[in-house]
Amino acid sequence: MVEAWKLLKSAPFTAKLGLLIIVANILVGVLAPVISPYGETEIVGAEYEPWSAQHLLGTDNLGRDMFTRMNYGARNTIGIAFITTGLAFFIGSLLGLMASTLGGWVDQLLSRLVDVILSIPTLIFALLLLTIVGTTIPGVIGVIAVLYSAPVFRLARAVSMNVVVLDFVEVARLRGEGLWYIIVREVLPNSMPPLVAEFGLRFCFVFLVISALSFLGLGIQPPTADWGSMVRDNATLITYGDVTPLLPAAAIAVLTIGVNFVVDWFLYKTSGLRDDH
Amino acid sequence: MFQILKMVCQRLLLGLLTLFVVSLIIFLGVELLPGDLAEAILGQAATPETVAAFRRELKLDLPMHERYIEWLLGILQGDLGKSLANQREISELVGVRFSNTIFLAIVAAVISVPIAVILGVLAALYRNSFYDRAVNVFTLSSISFPEFFVAYILILFLAVDWNIFPSLSNVNPGMSLWEHIYRVALPALTLTLVVVAHMMRMTRAAIINLLASPYIEMANLKGISKSRIIVHHALPNALAPIINVIVLNLAYLIVGVVVVEVVFVYPGLGQLLVDSVSKRDIPVVQASCMIFAATYILLNLTADVLSIVTNPRLLHPK
Repeated sequence: MVEAWKLLKSAPFTAKLGLLIIVANILVGVLAPVISPYGETEIVGAEYEPWSAQHLLGTDNLGRDMFTRMNYGARNTIGIAFITTGLAFFIGSLLGLMASTLGGWVDQLLSRLVDVILSIPTLIFALLLLTIVGTTIPGVIGVIAVLYSAPVFRLARAVSMNVVVLDFVEVARLRGEGLWYIIVREVLPNSMPPLVAEFGLRFCFVFLVISALSFLGLGIQPPTADWGSMVRDNATLITYGDVTPLLPAAAIAVLTIGVNFVVDWFLYKTSGLRDDH
Repeated sequence: MFQILKMVCQRLLLGLLTLFVVSLIIFLGVELLPGDLAEAILGQAATPETVAAFRRELKLDLPMHERYIEWLLGILQGDLGKSLANQREISELVGVRFSNTIFLAIVAAVISVPIAVILGVLAALYRNSFYDRAVNVFTLSSISFPEFFVAYILILFLAVDWNIFPSLSNVNPGMSLWEHIYRVALPALTLTLVVVAHMMRMTRAAIINLLASPYIEMANLKGISKSRIIVHHALPNALAPIINVIVLNLAYLIVGVVVVEVVFVYPGLGQLLVDSVSKRDIPVVQASCMIFAATYILLNLTADVLSIVTNPRLLHPK
């Protein structure tokens, strides 16, 4: 605990700012029902009311409280992005570790499959798959998780390739341990740090793609509050010079920057990564 | 020379193979649809006769491989089938829209490539200065901004507050070139802001990578000025990676326009794709995805081939 505090104190300003942003977002998401004055989908006034004491950020296109929707949006958008990234990592790293541990045709098959997935632009592929499975929340989570498990697979495979040739894996194999034991107990713990950093980066991408899909009306569906679709619903206000619809978009940007700052610091810490000599 | 030819041919073959597999995925993906496509689209209330007629029209009664071969041959001859929503030929729908998308991408590239290369060279020149650090923060934030955020900020300032550019990019074929460019100014600027950061960073990295090599040190010892070293000695050798990054970003420009087109209601292929997805107009979705994927793969292939061809070590083997 003391060590963690010391590490945190030595962090650069940007990393501290990033951590602060992440913690604030999580708090808002978790405490959404407590700090919000109204219900998530409750219609509480006229459409497009301006900012006032009753409605801190005004109301949206259906007369729902904007401030309340922002808080619930934090919960839904971040929550769904987090679940999706987690699922992508589960699929990607499991298959990646399996490919490097087993080798042979399993490795060949999975690697070529991933090559194909990566050769199609993600958003286009996601749109195609969403037409097929339909735009429900589980559908969106599943599609994005599968697509983003491809780069995770590549990284997990590349990292663990260097681990599976080490002696202790050989020993485990000779002991007659099963595939699951070797992957989870021997290879995974030694491939962790790059995967953790990658998780942060991928979370940003997933978060942006899901927001983009919602913005296009093909992601998280109404009446669920979500930052991407909130921008879409209220976009007309911008042509009158009102900045309210930009707030959810700004929230997306701020959180992504925050995560990026922390990941940058983490990468710097674990690998001493610098691009100059 | 023979070696280069061989490598280029290998890449081309690999690209063709990828295209083929992608076409299989796009076609077969729809086959995985749970239940029957006809029933899924027509809904529960459809009578058996309508379903049967619909299946005949889409040729769903033929076996899968026959339909795939027919579909693929059709695409190769420019026949993309008919839209489910309005029965129009898809090639008609797609033609103008795809040229609009390409036009937007070209305008964005013409603005962004020179800016990115110049800023990248400057960042390499004034490495670790305040300017360099500002560039760093700028690039980090620009990859973090959702595209629609950038787009609406531009609309707010340039279209609403100062009224310089139109906020809607409605174009039609009768417009003059300048009018056309004027209308796509805001979407092009949005795309520029999105891609400049990445290109600039890669340009900087490519040059800095070279600055440690012995011949640059030699130039340094000769007392040549820093800007001359970078522009005359480092830049020509950094050209291959820079060209590579530029082509990759062009691929991104053509494919990444989807969101931007929707914001500015620009009649491009991306918007058609989004509309068709929400209408579940599957033939149009398949056709647009195929076009996007093919463009992306071909540009990636070009980047690959260019980086082989411009590599001095491969051009002049020992």
